Amino acid sequence: MAQKDNKKNIHTISMLVANKPGVLVRIAMVFARRGYNIDSLVVSPSHTPRFSRMTITAQGNPETLEQIIKQANKLVDVIHASEHSEMDAVHSELALIKVKYTKTTKPIIAKLAKRFHARLLDDSDNLFIFEQAGSTEKLDEFEVLLKKYSVIEMVRTGKVVMVKGHEKT
Amino acid sequence: MKKTSLKKSMTGAEALIKCLENQGVEYIFGLSGGSAIPMFDALVNSKIKLILVRHEQGATHMADGYARATGKPGVVLVTSGPGATNTVTGILTAQMDSVPLIVLTGQTTTWGLGLDAFQEADITNISMPVVKHNYLVKNTNDIPRIAKEAFHIASTGRPGPVLIDLPKDVSSGIFTGTSLNPPMDLPGYTVPDKGNTRDIQKMAKMFKGATKPLLLVGHGAMIAKAHKEVRALAEKLNSPVISTLLGKGVFPETHPLSLGMIGMHGTAYSNKAIINCDLICSIGCRWDDRINGNNDEFCIGAKKLHIDIDPAEIGKVVKPDVSVIGDARLIVEALLKKVARLDTDEWVKEVQFYKKEFPLKYNNDNGLSAQFVIDELYKVTKGKMVVTTDVGQHQMWAAQFYLADKPDQWLSSGGAGTMGYGYPSAIGAQLGRPNDQVIAICGDGGFQMTLCELATAAVNKIPVKVLIIDNKYLGMVRQWQELFFDNRLSGVDLEGNPDFVKLAESYGIKGFHIDKVSQTRKVLTEAIKYKGPCLIHAEVAKQDNVFPMVPAGKSAYHMFLERPKTKLEKPTGST
Repeated sequence: MAQKDNKKNIHTISMLVANKPGVLVRIAMVFARRGYNIDSLVVSPSHTPRFSRMTITAQGNPETLEQIIKQANKLVDVIHASEHSEMDAVHSELALIKVKYTKTTKPIIAKLAKRFHARLLDDSDNLFIFEQAGSTEKLDEFEVLLKKYSVIEMVRTGKVVMVKGHEKT
Repeated sequence: MKKTSLKKSMTGAEALIKCLENQGVEYIFGLSGGSAIPMFDALVNSKIKLILVRHEQGATHMADGYARATGKPGVVLVTSGPGATNTVTGILTAQMDSVPLIVLTGQTTTWGLGLDAFQEADITNISMPVVKHNYLVKNTNDIPRIAKEAFHIASTGRPGPVLIDLPKDVSSGIFTGTSLNPPMDLPGYTVPDKGNTRDIQKMAKMFKGATKPLLLVGHGAMIAKAHKEVRALAEKLNSPVISTLLGKGVFPETHPLSLGMIGMHGTAYSNKAIINCDLICSIGCRWDDRINGNNDEFCIGAKKLHIDIDPAEIGKVVKPDVSVIGDARLIVEALLKKVARLDTDEWVKEVQFYKKEFPLKYNNDNGLSAQFVIDELYKVTKGKMVVTTDVGQHQMWAAQFYLADKPDQWLSSGGAGTMGYGYPSAIGAQLGRPNDQVIAICGDGGFQMTLCELATAAVNKIPVKVLIIDNKYLGMVRQWQELFFDNRLSGVDLEGNPDFVKLAESYGIKGFHIDKVSQTRKVLTEAIKYKGPCLIHAEVAKQDNVFPMVPAGKSAYHMFLERPKTKLEKPTGST
C-alpha cells in the first residue's frame, strides 16, 4: 500500500490496449520486473470493443517509470501508454465506505457525508454505506475524517484519467 | 491481398504448414510428442524438411543458428509440457540477442486447459517474459492470421522469438476460413524505419569538431545489414571502429581502423581507446554491462551518440547526448551525406600505438594453449569459416583470435550466455549456409550440455565441424575463483569427461585429436578438409586465463593485461 511520505512519487499511467486475454499479465510483468509497486489498476472497456483502457497508479522513481512506459509501449498488444499529470488530464475515483454509527454520531457522520457529496447507498444494522466520487485527494480526506468514527470496510475503484482537450488519453 | 484458393478441406495443422511454406520456410527443427502429432502429420506431405533433434533445447539453438546465418526466422516445433519448457533456454537466448524464431508448441485440448491434463504446461505464461510476443490459439480459423503476424513480428524492427501454442483440438480441427493470407491485426505494433531527419541532422552536427571519435558497432548494425554503410562512414570520418561480441564482422576486423572487440575481455587497445575518445557513436549496441563495466566511469567527457531501432534502449543504460531511433542502415546512410572527414590523424596514430604496444598475446609455456589452437584454425581457414561458439573462456579466446571480416560469420550467445549453444547452432547455420564451412568452437563443459545433437548431424549428414577446447574445467568460473576467491575452486572440475573422439565415433562421426603444439596445424588442416561432420578434440593447458580482463562492475581504467601479482578484491558487478 501507498506510504504517505512517498506521495510525490506516485504516477498515473494510462494505456490503450488490445482487448485480448493475457494483456494484463504482460503489463503487470513489466512493472514487477523493475520492482514497481502498483497501487491501483483499473481495466475497463474503451470507446471501441477492440480496445480496453488500463489506468495504473504506481510509485517509484521517475527514471524507472520512463523505462517501464517504454517497455510497455513495446508490447505488441499495447496501442499506447503514457503518463499523465494533474495539469494535462482530469482525474477521478470512486469509493464505497461502510461506517458504523451510534445515536450520537449519526447526525455528525451524515453532515460530513453531505459536505463531501457522498451518497448514502444503504443504512442497515447501524451501518451506513456511502458512495463518494471525486479526486483521490478528496476521497483520502473523507476517509481520514470518517476514521474518527468507525470505518468497517472500504472499497475504491482506483483512479481513472482522461486527457483534456483534443489530445487522446 | 492475394487469395489462395482452398480446394479440399484441411486441418488447422495442415493450414499452418501451408502458411510456413508460403513464408519460405525450408527447415523445421523439432521433436514430436502427443499433442504435436497433427503438425508432424501435416509435415509428411510438405516440402519443408524436418530436422529431428534429440532434445528440444537443441532445436531452438539450431533454429537460432539458422536465423543468424541466413537472416530468416528459424522455426521450432515441439510438443506440450516438458517439450515446451525445454525450449525456454533457447527462447531466452534468442530474445537476448534479438534473433527471429518461431516456436510452435503442442498443447492439450482447449477444454483440458488449466485442468492439469497430461503434459500440460502453461507455456504461454511461462514464456511471456522471454518472448517478443506469443499466442495461445483458441480457434482453428485464426491460424493463418496468427502465423502471418508471428513472422512479421519475429523478423521486423528489433527481431525476436514468437511462440505459438496450439491446443490439439485447434490443430486437428478442420480449417473453414477463406484465406491462408488474411490481413494482420496488429494495431499496437509499429516498426521504426529511417529515423527522424532532425535527429540525424543533430547527430551529424555532433561529429563536427570531434578529434578522437569511435564508432561502436553492435548486433543491431548486423541485423540491419548496415556493414557497407558503417565502413563508408568510418572511412569518410577516418574514425576507428570498435565492436561488441555480437558486432564482430560488421566492420572488417582486419581493417586498419578496426580495434576489435571491447569490454571485459576485449582488446587492450579498444579499451584504451574507450577511455580516451571524445565522441562515441553506438550503432545498434545496447551498452551492455559487459561493455560499460561501470556507467559512472564510462567514456567520461565524451559525447555519446546512440542509434537504435528499439526506443526502450535509448537512455536505458547510458544517457546519450543525441539519439536516432530507426533502422541502422538507413540512418548511417543518411548520416554519411551530412558528415565530413574529421581531423583524426593524431588519434589514429595514438590508437595504432596502443595496438602495437598492447597486442593480444599468448604462449604455450603451460602446454598447448587454446589461443594457439584457435589462432592456427584462423590461419588454416584464412578466417573464412562461419564460427559459432559456446560460452566461457574458449568463447572469449575465439572472439580474440578468430577475426571476422564479414557479417553473419560470427554466431555466439551474447546476452544470455547460454552454454550448450555452440554445437546445435552450428548445425542450423550449416543447413542455412550449405556453401560455407561452419565450425562450432566449444568448451568441454558447454559441449556436453547438447552433445546428443551429434546424432542429428550424423543422421542428416550435415558436414558441420566442432572444435572442443578441453581444459577439463568450467574454465571461466575457475579463472574467477583463482583471481577473486583465493583459488578456492568450487564446482568447476570436470573430472569424468568422456573420450570425445570415441564418443564421436560411436555416432559415426569422424574424430580428431590434438594435444601437442607440433601436430596442431596438420590435424586442423586434415579435419577441415574432411568431408562430412567431424569432431576435433583439443586437450589444452588446464589453467590458462583469459586476458586482458576488466573486472565486472569496473570501468576500462581497471583493465589488467596479465595475472596481477597482488590480491584482487571481489568484483562488484554481476557475473
